[in-house]
Amino acid sequence: MAVEEGLKIELGKQGVFVTTIEELYNWGRRSSVWPMQFGLACCAIEMIATTMARYDLARFGAEVFRPSPRQADLMIISGTVTKKMAPQVVRLYNQMAEPRYVIAMGACAISGGPFKQGYNVLKGIDRYIPVDVHIPGCPPRPEALLQAFITLQKKITGQPLTGEDRPRHLDAEAQGEFPVPHQGEHDLEPTANKGVWTVPVVIR
Amino acid sequence: MTDSLVNASAVDKKLKGWNRPPIIEPDGEAELLEVAMGPHHPSTHGVFRMDVALDGERVVRLKPVFGYLHRNHEKIAEGNSYLASMPYTDRLDYICSLTNNWAYALAVEKLVGQAVPERAEYLRVILGELTRVQNHASAIGFLIQEMGASGTPLMYAFREREKILDLFESLTGSRMMCNYMRFGGCRVDASPAWLDAARKVVAGLPGFVDEFEALLRSNEILMARTQGVGILRPDLAINAGVTGPMLRASGVNYDIRKVDRYGIYDRFEFRVPLGDHGDVFDRFMIRLLEARESIKILEQALKEIPDGPVMDGKAKIRGFRPKAGEAYGRIEAPKGELGFYLISDGGPNPYRYRVRPPSLVNLTILEDMCLGQNVADVVLIFGSVDIVLGEVDR
Amino acid sequence: MKTVEEIKAAIETAVPGASIEIVPNASPSGQLSLLLAPNHAVAVAEFLRDDAELALDFLSNATGIDWPDKEITEKVKVMRQVLKTVDGAEKMVEETVDETRKHVQPGYLEVVYHLFSIEKKHGPVVIRMRTTNRTDQVQLPSLTPVWRSAEFQEREIFDLFGIVFTGHPDLRRLLMWDGFKDHPMRRDYVEPDDFEYEPTAHDEVLARSKAHQAAGQEGAGVGL
Repeated sequence: MAVEEGLKIELGKQGVFVTTIEELYNWGRRSSVWPMQFGLACCAIEMIATTMARYDLARFGAEVFRPSPRQADLMIISGTVTKKMAPQVVRLYNQMAEPRYVIAMGACAISGGPFKQGYNVLKGIDRYIPVDVHIPGCPPRPEALLQAFITLQKKITGQPLTGEDRPRHLDAEAQGEFPVPHQGEHDLEPTANKGVWTVPVVIR
Repeated sequence: MTDSLVNASAVDKKLKGWNRPPIIEPDGEAELLEVAMGPHHPSTHGVFRMDVALDGERVVRLKPVFGYLHRNHEKIAEGNSYLASMPYTDRLDYICSLTNNWAYALAVEKLVGQAVPERAEYLRVILGELTRVQNHASAIGFLIQEMGASGTPLMYAFREREKILDLFESLTGSRMMCNYMRFGGCRVDASPAWLDAARKVVAGLPGFVDEFEALLRSNEILMARTQGVGILRPDLAINAGVTGPMLRASGVNYDIRKVDRYGIYDRFEFRVPLGDHGDVFDRFMIRLLEARESIKILEQALKEIPDGPVMDGKAKIRGFRPKAGEAYGRIEAPKGELGFYLISDGGPNPYRYRVRPPSLVNLTILEDMCLGQNVADVVLIFGSVDIVLGEVDR
Repeated sequence: MKTVEEIKAAIETAVPGASIEIVPNASPSGQLSLLLAPNHAVAVAEFLRDDAELALDFLSNATGIDWPDKEITEKVKVMRQVLKTVDGAEKMVEETVDETRKHVQPGYLEVVYHLFSIEKKHGPVVIRMRTTNRTDQVQLPSLTPVWRSAEFQEREIFDLFGIVFTGHPDLRRLLMWDGFKDHPMRRDYVEPDDFEYEPTAHDEVLARSKAHQAAGQEGAGVGL
């Protein structure tokens, strides 16, 4: 039961704090998103710049970069994912504990970007793992990464704890482990995870 | 097609002593511990892997593994026109995009025989040296970060870097991927206001370098951990093609700005700092001293910069077809010798486009420097090479 | 510094039997190169490094180049016996006829080294070697024993071009993974077909995407 906003403020003035478990739970989660210390390419430098004094990611509770995937909530795919690196990225994602989120930072992580035509470049990491926020740019400015954090926080705030739309970590049936692609003789096998990625329909 | 690997033992006799990493026998009967550092490792500056074999704490074997950021720069460039490769060069060494632009512009200018107006040369020097200062500052910041001083030193470096990036952004439109230089000049002219802003930033740099040097030299832990670690002998450094601050830290006087005198570097007064010991500490002191020399060049260039065009009037930027032939152009990038080797077959695209990456060649002696050292020092030695993976793997 | 001709002469006196050819370069850069025969290449390289006057102690850049088979079409005039009706009677007459001839110039793989001298501060001296063909005779001597800076660059050339360097201490793929079969920098390399979905303005890429979908593979029927 949500409490009426006006009543909540009135009660707050009296020293009574009323909330719901869902709100409290999501507030806690969104205010301490720990990213993984994981840089891939150019965007990683902008990611580091975001954590530094001028842009100060700490304002969003996300300054604690964890080197281990076991302690991280958020994976920022900051740069080009090559076919040589893709299996490791998926493996790292599998090692992260739920709830976990992914930001695809930059054109390369989204689609291959300027290097799309390369024989060793994966054309978007969302072929293998689900992505929550995409930020375009080459590289995106630190402000764009902050915007991605705010977007992610909004997404976390809106996640219900029960029902059909509940997040993956509260759904016992949901898939937790994503298949790691195999490096074949000419290309990755398979070239995409059908359960995660479908060819988008372009309407013109 | 024979893909088989060549038997190494057949040629061992020909390799002379120091030409190969020494083989260290493990003590006693202890089992070797194999550690794969990377490709996801907080100290590797990106996606780089070192397969390390340890005898206790001591490194007895170290094999670097590359290719995790192999983005096919050279193959893509063969399908693009000369101009279309310019933005790709930004993404080679993504900390120093302007020096990459410069090296590529220089190679194409050699290939077609193109002159550059004076003001453009000055702008190139100013931007190139600003790039060098911010690269060296970040490299030192990362070193202290890797020694365990989490955050603070890197914040000092990035505070200064942001000031320089602001200059880049207001002139070129982008913080990191500047795409600024063109064959026969520069894309846009710098306004007097920009030059004033640059003078202001440069005036603040010596104070920053002093502060940073105090951070390095007054810290006993840092001295203890870097001095005498990862020594590189000058003869090995030359034979292994090491260039840039790495080479000069080993005491070899070779700076392409002095040797080739490309651009207008013969007009400026600056010295080439040289190291004595070739250890990790020397490599970082050389970077600090080089930053000081860069500031000297910047002060001179900002004072002397003449008026005039920034593009040669006759220069062709797009749609030109160089005569069949080849050219190799190189500059002293912050990391070492950055060269571009271009072959033209008379078409609008280069037939072969090759980047000579300083970061990759400087890693040749990584194993030699790490053997016999403690595993914790591997991170420092690797950091002192100062690589960027975008350039190593291309 | 010595000119290319002087270096050629110096090599030929120092290394008996070495055949050197000067490769011209029409570009304004004027960087001529020396084509070495593979059988003497290591001896020549050692001479270049150790000679007191040249002292090319620094190998800067090593690169591979692929020159595929080239079909050359040329028009030649040939004399030929032609059956013709002259003055009402059929006769064999000699006549000059235009004929197009095609022949295939065999391709090869080439490796180029740029040498500088740190001691004397001069350069570059460009040396190159060529393989016999592009398929089975792709061995060239490695210069890693002479200059160690070639170590990774030769591994890269082996990886991307498929030139096998005999005498290289550790010849493995450098950039691609170990199980990879192709040599992607070769001109006839066929890229893997992953053009299912291409929201792009590039006509060439769109054409490949359409071809992919027409082939009935995944993503077929998408309204692109």
